[in-house]
Amino acid sequence: MDLAFIADAFGRLMGALPLTLAVWALSVSIGCLLAMGLTWMRVSGSRPLAAFSRGYIFVFRGSPLLIQLFAIYYGLSSFAFIRASFLWPFLRDAFSCAVLSLALCTAAYSSEIFRGALAAVPHGQVEAAKACGMSRLTLFRRIIFPIALRQALPAYSTEVISMTKATALVSLVTLQDVTFVANKIRNDLFLPYTPLLIAGAIYFVLNFIIARAFVAWEFYLSAHQRRRVV
Amino acid sequence: MAQNEQSAISVANMRKRFGKLEVLKGISFNANEGDVISILGSSGSGKSTFLRCINLLETPDDGIVTVAGETIKMRKKPDGTAEPIDHKQVDRIRSELGMVFQSFNLWSHMTVLENLIEAPIHVQKRPRAECVEEAHALLKKVGIGDKADYYPAHMSGGQQQRAAIARALAMRPKVMLFDEPTSALDPELVGEVLRVMRALAEEGRTMLVVTHEMSFARDVSSRVMFLHQGLVEAEGPPAELFGASKSERFRQFISGQAHKAG
Repeated sequence: MDLAFIADAFGRLMGALPLTLAVWALSVSIGCLLAMGLTWMRVSGSRPLAAFSRGYIFVFRGSPLLIQLFAIYYGLSSFAFIRASFLWPFLRDAFSCAVLSLALCTAAYSSEIFRGALAAVPHGQVEAAKACGMSRLTLFRRIIFPIALRQALPAYSTEVISMTKATALVSLVTLQDVTFVANKIRNDLFLPYTPLLIAGAIYFVLNFIIARAFVAWEFYLSAHQRRRVV
Repeated sequence: MAQNEQSAISVANMRKRFGKLEVLKGISFNANEGDVISILGSSGSGKSTFLRCINLLETPDDGIVTVAGETIKMRKKPDGTAEPIDHKQVDRIRSELGMVFQSFNLWSHMTVLENLIEAPIHVQKRPRAECVEEAHALLKKVGIGDKADYYPAHMSGGQQQRAAIARALAMRPKVMLFDEPTSALDPELVGEVLRVMRALAEEGRTMLVVTHEMSFARDVSSRVMFLHQGLVEAEGPPAELFGASKSERFRQFISGQAHKAG
């Protein structure tokens, strides 16, 4: 094993990074929007909506992501009516199935994080806003959301980081992401460890950057929780 | 008593129950402009609920609230509770009532200045520069002119409560509601808040104050209301009431408070 080999493997793995990043970014963004919807249902005051949200979270948090991914990619295609439906061009595509299943899964976890963050907004501060005559929208935009966002960040950053690792599963539905390429190099060259170590390092650096970004964001939002420098 | 016979706020026959417990059993009262009314009562007497029903932080089951001539429109629901008909009207009337809470409830993610200009800008849609200028003047008035860029967590309870009073004043309210404003404070911080409230009373503000501060009720307020088990048990000018109330319960209450203070 020499440096030339490592440079070559690193180059091939980096070539697969855009796909990993695309799956991650799309599923986190879509999952975040779905999670907001689920959270809204949960706190809407409507029993059917709250029950739907709870059921959704129960299912998607309670079962393995890999099974969800296989169920969507392999399972749905076994139904003739799905193959005949307008959704088929979308559901036959490995990339869209991968993004869909990751987004559905992270939505469940994120929604629980968001719900907890909302519950942690001090009731008195909401009352003070109401007492000033704030409309519901202004109350949410100016008071509840900023406080809840700050509460959600630590747990949500963990969820976003765990999603980069979850993208490794998409290599099992034919997508040539970083993990897929690492396995391919292993098989091609009969090298058990090195490609995996390099791939692991790539994930690690990626997560390090994401984690630092969240820390910076958190710092920016928490001036009120730091000791005052006089 | 009142310098002015214009009614600032009136309540007729207010009732409120929480489940089986009837907290307010039909309370009526009127405050003219410039009145300072202390609302006394032992815990569980309904005094805080009464205050919170005025700006609909609790929804009264029954009763008519009129602020500066405008009556809050309510409708009965089949289960005996009630709800406001027009939420825009409720928001508007709330913006005319400045509320000060026992636990301050400043918005923790904003500096003191941001707390003061938040509702004037986003509720009353007033120009920012004007709000900022007025906010600085109010902070000076309550004695924390140097704390504008502090976050609430960086101030003492007394400073936070004075900031909260300034926040309520920044809305240019017609009536100020105080819900036990000194009850959460360390004893040595009570004085600074009471001094601010006394100054407001002296400049002729209409104030409703739920309090345990007997000296404030006796010396500052123009009228005292004593609630007992959801009803007005005694009411009148403090000199009259503290001197020789006909209510045995009120006499017991003030002697109990005196023992606590002693």
